[in-house]
Amino acid sequence: MKLKKLIVASSIVATGLMTNFAYAADNIKVGVLHSLSGTMAISETTLKDTVLMMIADQNAKGGLLGKQIEPVVVDPASNWPLFAEKGRELLAKEKVDVIFGSWTSVSRKSVLPVLEELNGLMFYPVQYEGEESSKNVFYTGAAPNQQAIPAVDYLMNDIGAERFVLLGTDYVYPRTTNKILEAYLMAKGVKAEDIMVNYTPFGHSDWQGIVADVKKFGSTGKQTAVISTVNGDANIPFYKELGNQGISAEDIPVIAFSVGEEELSGFDTKPLVGHLAAWNYFQSVDTKENAEFIANWKKYIGDAKRVTNDPMEATYIGFKMWVKAVEKAGTTDVDAVEQAMIGIAVPNLTGGIAVMNPNHHLSKPVLIGEIQEDGQFEVVWETADTVIGDAWSDFLPSSKNLVSDWTAPIKCGNFDVTTAKCSGQKF
Amino acid sequence: MLRLFSLLFFCVISFNASAAVSETQDNSALTTLVEQLPTTKLDKMAPLIKAIAATSAPQVQDILKPLMAGDLYYLKANKQVVAAQKNQQQQYQVTDVLTAEALTAVDKSAIKKIRTNNRLRGQIRDLLANLDLTHPDKAVRIEAVKQLLQNPNQTGISSVTNLIKGEQDASVRELMSVILLIDQLESGSTAEKLSAAQQLSGRLESKVKNELVNQLDLLAEQPENAELRTVLTKSIDDIEQQASVYGLVENLFFGLSLGSVLLLAAIGLAITFGVMGVINMAHGEMMMLGAYTTYVIQQMFPNLIEYSLLMAVPAAFLVSGFVGVLIERGVIRFLKGRPLETLLATFGISLILQQLVRSVFSPLNRQVQAPQWMTGSLEINPMLSLTYNRLYIILFALMVFFSLLMILKKSSLGLHVRAVSQNRDMARALSIKSSWVDAITFGLGSGIAGIAGVALSQLTNVGPNLGQAYIIDSFLVVVFGGVGNLWGTLVAAMTMGTFNKFLEPSMGPVLSNIIVLVGLVLFIQKRPKGLFPQKGRSAD
Repeated sequence: MKLKKLIVASSIVATGLMTNFAYAADNIKVGVLHSLSGTMAISETTLKDTVLMMIADQNAKGGLLGKQIEPVVVDPASNWPLFAEKGRELLAKEKVDVIFGSWTSVSRKSVLPVLEELNGLMFYPVQYEGEESSKNVFYTGAAPNQQAIPAVDYLMNDIGAERFVLLGTDYVYPRTTNKILEAYLMAKGVKAEDIMVNYTPFGHSDWQGIVADVKKFGSTGKQTAVISTVNGDANIPFYKELGNQGISAEDIPVIAFSVGEEELSGFDTKPLVGHLAAWNYFQSVDTKENAEFIANWKKYIGDAKRVTNDPMEATYIGFKMWVKAVEKAGTTDVDAVEQAMIGIAVPNLTGGIAVMNPNHHLSKPVLIGEIQEDGQFEVVWETADTVIGDAWSDFLPSSKNLVSDWTAPIKCGNFDVTTAKCSGQKF
Repeated sequence: MLRLFSLLFFCVISFNASAAVSETQDNSALTTLVEQLPTTKLDKMAPLIKAIAATSAPQVQDILKPLMAGDLYYLKANKQVVAAQKNQQQQYQVTDVLTAEALTAVDKSAIKKIRTNNRLRGQIRDLLANLDLTHPDKAVRIEAVKQLLQNPNQTGISSVTNLIKGEQDASVRELMSVILLIDQLESGSTAEKLSAAQQLSGRLESKVKNELVNQLDLLAEQPENAELRTVLTKSIDDIEQQASVYGLVENLFFGLSLGSVLLLAAIGLAITFGVMGVINMAHGEMMMLGAYTTYVIQQMFPNLIEYSLLMAVPAAFLVSGFVGVLIERGVIRFLKGRPLETLLATFGISLILQQLVRSVFSPLNRQVQAPQWMTGSLEINPMLSLTYNRLYIILFALMVFFSLLMILKKSSLGLHVRAVSQNRDMARALSIKSSWVDAITFGLGSGIAGIAGVALSQLTNVGPNLGQAYIIDSFLVVVFGGVGNLWGTLVAAMTMGTFNKFLEPSMGPVLSNIIVLVGLVLFIQKRPKGLFPQKGRSAD
């Protein structure tokens, strides 16, 4: 117990030092709420750098509303309750105009009440399980219908999969996503005995038993596919074990929702080649905007080997949208910006236009890529058009009647279309 | 995977050579088809590939093999389809697939890959397997027959029917006969089905069982054929009986493998905590240092990946052992007899070491490559295969265990260590330098943790948090086995490992961990000194 306090205390001191930026009085302040230490630092540090790069770019272009943008970086240290504390610090003490932050769903859920209490504004850039729509949050990552559902369609239609293994890390995102997927598969006529569900703890490394089970499950003659919501570095031993037990991507393909370029960088991707991932962005997509973004990023970070990934694109789109909304509203006032945001359009890095919908979710294209030997993805399938993010899944009984619409006259994050009532819950 | 690719690569080269020798056929049909490759969309590729294979031209393999390996490109300038290999100068060595003519090397920007996806690769694999049925190399033939067994197709089956008489190798012939039997079972007369079902009894290939079950399901709709039904049921029962036996063996292997990882992690601690009584929270970080040593060795000798682990073992022992001696001399000896302070101090050291590694190597995980001999698996039969990395690690853990046992039991250092741990004052009175022995013992324990790190680098991610994942388990194993007893550590590790793995299939990994933990707590309540408590006066 004592030790824990000690760690917390020392990290508070550390972040206190970091936030000590010298600043002028009349700047627009942007809060960055990403973990810079702890388990999530691997992923979140990149997003912090992305926001800082975007701010630097914008300032070089003359700032916003004639003012300079000033970043305020705090470190919630992968400690979920600390996200609420740091969020409060950003809003109450630093008086930031907007926050870019969070990665895991649990950290978002932690900071959410603070955002609503102090009427802050946050951009959340990571794919997530949906079932949420707050007035104070814009979700620029994928909702399940922009990632998981199209991925299952791909497996069924293009790979011809009939049996499904749902593997996940044991926390809120995989559990909710798998619940939605199970309901969706059942609705598509897949029998219960053709679905296998398994959860493992964070950082799981002993996959031999589970992979052997998958192998057995997949040996009945029906095409089997694995849908993986395994998060973080547990993926590498998992794929290694697949390779060692002789399961190739042609036999049992694995489609992952949390494995991107960043997770693969620096790894031996030979055992992974041919396995799939579903995202809204891949670095390998060949467009002018993307090439520019990648070049900018490499220059900013000073490392030609660094990769870009989907949450970075989500951060990019979120920031661009916020800038446009502020310009449109002529102020950084949260309520004005929130209303101005809806309908704002920004080009995707993969081509096409991302639009912010009244439910605070984006319209985005869905891409499915195969892992290549160089750690990049090759797009093998994409949606013909952009898909509108659905805050409340249509496949769960508890949420199929709910919609979110933050424009008048509904102005509600969870409006029940059958009873025509807003639950009154704030999100 | 790599082996497969390199195999394919060599095949490509040898076939190119042979194609160059044979007369260049005027194969206009093939040429037209190949010319379509660059412009065809992914979803229209399947019929095109099928058509290419159907021409049965000698060049088919030269086209399909690189296509499957992702080495088939076309020149952007004139859409000429070529097989390309990266050469030493980072350029691409290109060969025309139709004429096998080597062209001048080009830059990456001049060529574009012809894309495939999993489904197409599966299709190509089946097509190539049919062609490989006559391959001169027996191993290739076996792979081809296995592939055909997995995904039977009419062309393959008819070529097997022709080839089986001329096949020299018994194992290939046996597999071929299984294919024909399955075909009989599927489409033969009732008498043929009956004999096929009898002969297939006891075959372990998953396809066999699926087919038998399929036939049984079909029979359910027609009440006649009672005899065939009994035979089918019996054959399925036979297979399932064997499957359950092999499943048991497999589970036991998984358990021992997990146990050997636990043993490796705990064995160093059995020395520092078990023999010396120091609660060393930095033990996990010693393993982490060992794993990073492996990484550094691989970086230093990028051409010797196959031997890197052998080099890393002594290096990791020295690095971690040295750090261990430093910790003992610098911190622990001043805190002798104050376990709480030792715990806090070593915890602090563990944080310092983690941060140090973060600053030096970055917080990102580092890639430690697996040597070729550690990948893949030893296939005992179609139902049971043991992965090499686990197999080697079980052997390695036992080797480390017995060498350590020898050191403690037979060497003079071991004698001193035991003397000091049993009665420090008496040992000093007998002119044993107890402080020196302490430092060496701690170094030995830490060094062994470093060796464990080398093994762990093959199983898990090498990052700053590697040690934390194992520290709790290590303490559990040592306490469970009985503090100060190496044999206890061995038995405890293996028991925990097997127990965990036998629970896992029904409970899932999270719950089985919890159950093992609860069981352990209850056990410790009953026997506070673990499985093998030390007896006699030295126990106090």
